[in-house]
Amino acid sequence: MAKKTKAEQRKQFEQKAYNQMVTKKRAKIPIARNVIVAFLVGGFISVIGQVLMMLFVRLGFPEEKAGDPTVATLILIASILTGLGIWDILGQFAGAGAGVPVTGFANAMVSSALEFKREGLVLGVGARMFQLAGPVIVYGAVTAFLVGVVHAVLM
Amino acid sequence: MIFVKAFVVGGLICVIGQLLMDLTPLTPAHVLTLLVISGGVLSGLGLYGPLVDWAGAGAKVPITSFGHQLVQGTLAELAESGPMGVLSGIFNLASSGITAAIVFGFFVAVLFNPKG
Amino acid sequence: MPARKKVGLQTVAFSRPVAVVSSASAVGPLEGEGPLSGSFDIVYPDMLNGEASWEKTERTMMKEAVECALGKANLTCENMDYMLAGDLLNQCISANFAARDLGIPLLGLYGACSTMAESAGLAAMLIDGGYALHAVAAVSSHYGTSERQYRFPTEYGGQRPPYSQYTVTGAGALVLGHGQHFQGQLARITHFTAGKVTDLGRRDPFDMGSAMAPAAADTILRHFSDLSLAPDHYDLVLTGDLALVGHSLTEELLRQQGLVLKERMQDCGLLVFDRTRQPVFSGGSGCGCSAVVLCGHIMDMFKQAKLKRLLLVGTGALLSPTTFQQGDSIPCIAHAVAFELSDDRLLE
Repeated sequence: MAKKTKAEQRKQFEQKAYNQMVTKKRAKIPIARNVIVAFLVGGFISVIGQVLMMLFVRLGFPEEKAGDPTVATLILIASILTGLGIWDILGQFAGAGAGVPVTGFANAMVSSALEFKREGLVLGVGARMFQLAGPVIVYGAVTAFLVGVVHAVLM
Repeated sequence: MIFVKAFVVGGLICVIGQLLMDLTPLTPAHVLTLLVISGGVLSGLGLYGPLVDWAGAGAKVPITSFGHQLVQGTLAELAESGPMGVLSGIFNLASSGITAAIVFGFFVAVLFNPKG
Repeated sequence: MPARKKVGLQTVAFSRPVAVVSSASAVGPLEGEGPLSGSFDIVYPDMLNGEASWEKTERTMMKEAVECALGKANLTCENMDYMLAGDLLNQCISANFAARDLGIPLLGLYGACSTMAESAGLAAMLIDGGYALHAVAAVSSHYGTSERQYRFPTEYGGQRPPYSQYTVTGAGALVLGHGQHFQGQLARITHFTAGKVTDLGRRDPFDMGSAMAPAAADTILRHFSDLSLAPDHYDLVLTGDLALVGHSLTEELLRQQGLVLKERMQDCGLLVFDRTRQPVFSGGSGCGCSAVVLCGHIMDMFKQAKLKRLLLVGTGALLSPTTFQQGDSIPCIAHAVAFELSDDRLLE
């Protein structure tokens, strides 16, 4: 490994000193506030999900299957609120509290499809829908595949 | 009682996401991907199922449950139809969620406009 | 032997300072309701103004700003030798399409948010160099177009940190010439300092201020040093869009090198919005930021003789979504343009 030149060393030192200055002067992310709000909003959305689940059981769904219409309903709500231009305000307020539940997944897909609508239905809406949410599907599927392979080999 | 458990577990999973976003340079996409993978791994280890039984929607609503559904779908298909299950079973259980997102997303995108 | 009009390392001096014959600005609704309300020529009622997309709105905004400025000067597109224009979008489409409709020979530029200063400085060089009698410098930016290109879809529920900035929806145009037909004093460009690309390793695309501050400090120090100026030479040193974070960092960097400007240094990103009541986080950003403040409020101050000497320091972050995803840091640049209220004169 080549030894750093004097210029590179000086640059590194400058960068470090500057980074320290930035950390001192820059407005801090209100982590405590964000965590509390994320907890409350995320918990609240989960409770809504729980209520919906019990409602669907009442409507005749078997208990293990009640998760499907619940998730679909939450996705529908988040999609509509995204279209109405309300979800981004909730997202700014609640951060992961809105983004981690499946509602965040719906918002990622809908907001992307909506934004690129002006590029047309096929190349805009169609192609861009998975731009933000794609990684979740890709890595979820890859994980499931690997877990499946491990299980198949071990059994 | 189930409401309290759902609230706490759902809230805590969101807290993990929030801490990752605020304390690391990871983007939201990275954080959600990590959570899905975690859900899948915990599911494969047989740990996520009991969490769902205990906390109900608190475990079903966060994106981690998506990883759980993908894994459980794979394992079920594996048990039923053999090795091809690792390909054919992945989206079995998660299908309604993904399809809902695609279809509802499409209609909302067609009917509304971004407001900025 | 340095170039004839070069002073110091990076500055040029104009032998016949180039006049701002007229200026005009067009903005969106949020800017129109801000602290500088009343200083803009055109205020759009919403982000689209009847167009089919934000991109189409932005180019119309630039075109209308240019037309308005030309009208104020009693000049036409045919009088313009060049249009130096740029914006934040890929391939600078706002400038390209606006120039297509205006029919002025186009020199397209990309300096990110520093393009207003860059285009004004270059236009002055063309005029003082005898290559043009009149030129128009124009830039634009739009919240919707820049969000969807650089960051996230506008309806995405992501959470922005408090040090992020809000892209100004606005366009500004400066018509430059010698103003010989004009009675009285005009704001004239006396010097231009071209900046070097500076990079101190900042990586967060939501924190442009701290990435750009070193570039701003570098160019300001270079300008003052090249011309051997005292700290109180300018009534105002106006940076483009450092906003709250970048502004305080630049102050500190300058102070460390012995240059203390205090209230003489302000920032367009902090002037154009009221951070306390508008949802703009740490302040405004974008090409349009420095453009609409310069072409409206600042030129008004010159007209009322409230300003005699101004140094505009446009600041730009030269990243793209690709470089960010590939793990690169954010290189930045700052260009300085010196304005002075004076009569037409030849210096040599």
